[in-house]
Amino acid sequence: MAMDAAEIERLIREALPDARVTIDDLRGDGDHYAARVVSASFVGKSRVQQHQMIYQALGGRMGGALHALALQTSAPEDA
Amino acid sequence: MSAENPVTERIKQDLSSSDVVLYMKGSPVFPQCGFSAAVVQILTMLEIKFKGIDVLTDPSLRDGIKQFSDWPTIPQLYVKGEFVGGCDIVREMYEAGELADLLRAKGILQAA
Repeated sequence: MAMDAAEIERLIREALPDARVTIDDLRGDGDHYAARVVSASFVGKSRVQQHQMIYQALGGRMGGALHALALQTSAPEDA
Repeated sequence: MSAENPVTERIKQDLSSSDVVLYMKGSPVFPQCGFSAAVVQILTMLEIKFKGIDVLTDPSLRDGIKQFSDWPTIPQLYVKGEFVGGCDIVREMYEAGELADLLRAKGILQAA
């Protein structure tokens, strides 16, 4: 059921190639992660839309293979 | 999604009958999940009256609400029928003071 951090990062980058992705494995169990994603494609989007873009990138794994992914998204400061 | 979907109808009814609705795991008094508990705690700190709906009691609702908002996780907070976010967003908004702003703008929280 668990997913590895590199796989999460790869899926996010595939959908948002410019993204700066930082992933922490919160409990070291491959099941509870926190991700910070910074991407220019978030400009002008609401937080809900930004998170939906990440969930879409993860292709339905969220809530399934991936139990807990705390998300923090933002556009780059200089965008 | 068809309008006749009974779950969708039920969700719309719940959302129109209360200003603040939280779809959660467990009840506000006994949350069954840390993320749900965190949102309950935030709403309680803001002294917001809300209706908690336990999705664990009904698998069709648990799936239905995810489809309704195109959001894969529980909890989900709605204000005046509008999806505000899940645990991370609610927490971020609370910390930035944006949640109180939103609730004030919607007339749910009295202006300070």
